[in-house]
Amino acid sequence: MKIGVIRFPGTNCDRDVYHAIELAGAEAEYIWWKDEKLTDYDGIVIPGGFSYGDYLRAGAIASITPVINGVKALVKEEKPVLGICNGAQILGEIGLVPGIFIRNEYPKFNCQSIKLKVESTRSPFTSFYKKGEIVSIPIAHAEGRFYSENMDLIHEQDQILFSFAEENPNGSIEKITGVCDESGLVCAMMPHPERASEKILGSDDGLKVFKGMINNI
Amino acid sequence: MIFNIEVEISLKEGMLNPEAKTIENSLGLLGYKVENTDTINIITFQIEGENSAKVESEVDDMCQRLLCNPVIHNYEIRIKENN
Repeated sequence: MKIGVIRFPGTNCDRDVYHAIELAGAEAEYIWWKDEKLTDYDGIVIPGGFSYGDYLRAGAIASITPVINGVKALVKEEKPVLGICNGAQILGEIGLVPGIFIRNEYPKFNCQSIKLKVESTRSPFTSFYKKGEIVSIPIAHAEGRFYSENMDLIHEQDQILFSFAEENPNGSIEKITGVCDESGLVCAMMPHPERASEKILGSDDGLKVFKGMINNI
Repeated sequence: MIFNIEVEISLKEGMLNPEAKTIENSLGLLGYKVENTDTINIITFQIEGENSAKVESEVDDMCQRLLCNPVIHNYEIRIKENN
């Protein structure tokens, strides 16, 4: 089983994600943004960072690169795709998830440990959690305010996976910080599960995101 | 024919603009009392095309596909023939 980790110029969480995938029990391999043929992979993770310097809008330039054509093809084949932080912003820009992540309400780069609530376990990425469980997974972003014009549909289709359990650190609608597409196989989340993937990091609550992804394949 | 293009991109009405709010607060620190501060991005470029209508349609496409996010942005395209 092989999970691809996409690298754009400016990606900086790729090695952490690679490590977390191995910890969860799968093989990981880096993919360069020019690669379009992703048929060798059983799933894809788009890691965090600042692809293309966040020029134009966070994730906007990355969303039209050749590798994204490969990602779209894998989504059609019902392979799981996880976007973390900048990866989540990219999935929002592509329109693969029902909303986007924009400048924080209070415009500072917000890097902190934070408690999340698991809102739904219907996606592979949350299948190892219990509904309503409180988990500790850190955030690190300046543009993570979830915004959508389709809140009714999002609720109707059970597409909210994670929300902030206590304070709302960025002004997201309904404190939402992780959503999935209709199928549940595409997940966009601002918190960094790879930074909470082993006890030595202070929490291993995030490892279940990768375990759930791999278990589904 | 070469056309000079200006694309003006602003947040839709009612969208919170944290950058503008920070600028407004900072002007306050200098003693200036201002209201309704906004920030607007302008992207300029030149493009070759047969006529203004065709160019406008192409630039509109660019706005929809990359330059703007139609969920949160309004945009205005200005076209001038480059003489």
